[in-house]
Amino acid sequence: MVEIRFHGRGGQGTVVASKILADAIAKEDKWVQAYPEFGVERRGSPVVAFIRINDKPIYDKSRIYAPDHVVVVDPTLVEAIDITEGLKPGGMIIINSDRRPEDLPFHGKFEVRTINATAIAVKHKLGSLAAPIVNTAIAGAVIKILGLAKPESLATAIRDGIAIKPDDNIKAAREAYEMA
Amino acid sequence: MKKVIMGNHALSYGAMLARSQVISAYPITPQTQVVELLSEMCADGSLDARFIKVESEHSAMASCIGASVAGARAFTATSAQGLALMHEMLHWAAGGRHPIVMGNINRAMAPGWSIWTDQNDSLSQRDTGWMQFYCSSNQEVVDTVIQGFKVAERLMIPAMVVLDAFALSHTYEVVDVPDQKLVDEFLPPFKPEIRLTPADPRAFGGLTGSDHYMELRYLLQREMEKAPALIEETGREYEKLFGRYLGLVDPYRCDDAELVFVTSGTAGFTARVAVDELRASGVRAGNLRVKVFRPFPFDRVREVLAKVKRAAVVDRNCSYGAGGIFYQEVKSALYGRPGMPPLFGYIAGLGGRDIMVDSFKEIAADAMSKDRAEQEIVWIGVKK
Repeated sequence: MVEIRFHGRGGQGTVVASKILADAIAKEDKWVQAYPEFGVERRGSPVVAFIRINDKPIYDKSRIYAPDHVVVVDPTLVEAIDITEGLKPGGMIIINSDRRPEDLPFHGKFEVRTINATAIAVKHKLGSLAAPIVNTAIAGAVIKILGLAKPESLATAIRDGIAIKPDDNIKAAREAYEMA
Repeated sequence: MKKVIMGNHALSYGAMLARSQVISAYPITPQTQVVELLSEMCADGSLDARFIKVESEHSAMASCIGASVAGARAFTATSAQGLALMHEMLHWAAGGRHPIVMGNINRAMAPGWSIWTDQNDSLSQRDTGWMQFYCSSNQEVVDTVIQGFKVAERLMIPAMVVLDAFALSHTYEVVDVPDQKLVDEFLPPFKPEIRLTPADPRAFGGLTGSDHYMELRYLLQREMEKAPALIEETGREYEKLFGRYLGLVDPYRCDDAELVFVTSGTAGFTARVAVDELRASGVRAGNLRVKVFRPFPFDRVREVLAKVKRAAVVDRNCSYGAGGIFYQEVKSALYGRPGMPPLFGYIAGLGGRDIMVDSFKEIAADAMSKDRAEQEIVWIGVKK
């Protein structure tokens, strides 16, 4: 079982990212469960989503308290909350950032990978310049770094699940996949 | 076809595959996506149903009753305060013998205002005459809606398909969405013996004096008593076509158990994980997941619990002044029978507080340390 926690802000598509990823992973014949933190978060406020991945049916329906990996969709959250809370030793942090892993505070304690998903989203005109939608780029990086699914599976999941600019979203995911 | 869908959409797919003919509903968090998707299906023609927009849940149920009287297969969905507002119409639906199927997302009753899960909303409707099915996965949700219609229409008793807010309603899981052709084979069109039609005018629900009312209620109870066997029979028919069995209860590793959790809803699946971990640490635990609350599966519960050393009923609800509601039912199932195990009652997870594997370990530690229950309720995870 692999358990991943996502941190983002309301409006960035964090929950959609987890859903798209779940869809892509299910295409690899895995059992998967994805859900948002059960709240009423508003645009801009911190949001959390979870994914469980297993090669057998998943019975645990509780929240994830000790994730194997953490994905940070919004880099400003690092100053706002403790994104490493409960993260298992040796766990991976994948973060949307224009900085190098070694320049981030939790480098050394955990394995850190960065992907500049914001730049990719802006390049493909996803969302607005002020509020780019980075979820598909993040998803592309996550499947590569954690070896969760083929990029083709993710592309299909994006086409099925995202109504706005599916082609640009697929390109963004692919670009992040190649860069990660 | 395997799809990754949320629990709410599992209800929508169930209603679609059952070829519901009338959908009438009022949106409420956390149920909204159920009707959103159904309205889209009605709009794009993938579901040939009349979608009736209403101004309240009371009207939603009233229009489902009207549709059912006219011989249409009717579906609705609601949650918490919405279900409470329907209360009068729930009696009307069951008393009038209208086999409506309704999804209810378990959400805690206000106040304090909550959108998170517990079972007090649906369990408060215990005595309305509806069957109540509690689901633990999105797969069970879609399968239960389809089977629910079949059982409901055979008995002419409405059925409620219940799932936890967020823990299931908003959780995406892999669901094998049944094939429409096979569902059509399993579930024939709804053809009630008597229906309202201009060609054959009748009155429904008229004044019923004391010389007849009691017989109507006797018949409702008598038909309800047929439900357990019918639910199992229907489950076997479904299993032949789809390979999945629902039934009344789901015992897991109970046969040699020194402690069995009695559970329902999503906690009923989390309990399985706890059972495996407890067994790995030397405690012979088991889990009896109760899938149907009305009719209560007294026989099946007794059969399983007769073989175990002790049982811990875990309730995500409370009947204030009594205790856990499943606990009361299980107690009455065991009362007066020789050789039944001591029973312990726990309340956990109200208003969406998480029920975790560790919660079950805490319950196990408590139950294993006592010979008999020392109080009606042991609270788990409450801040004192």
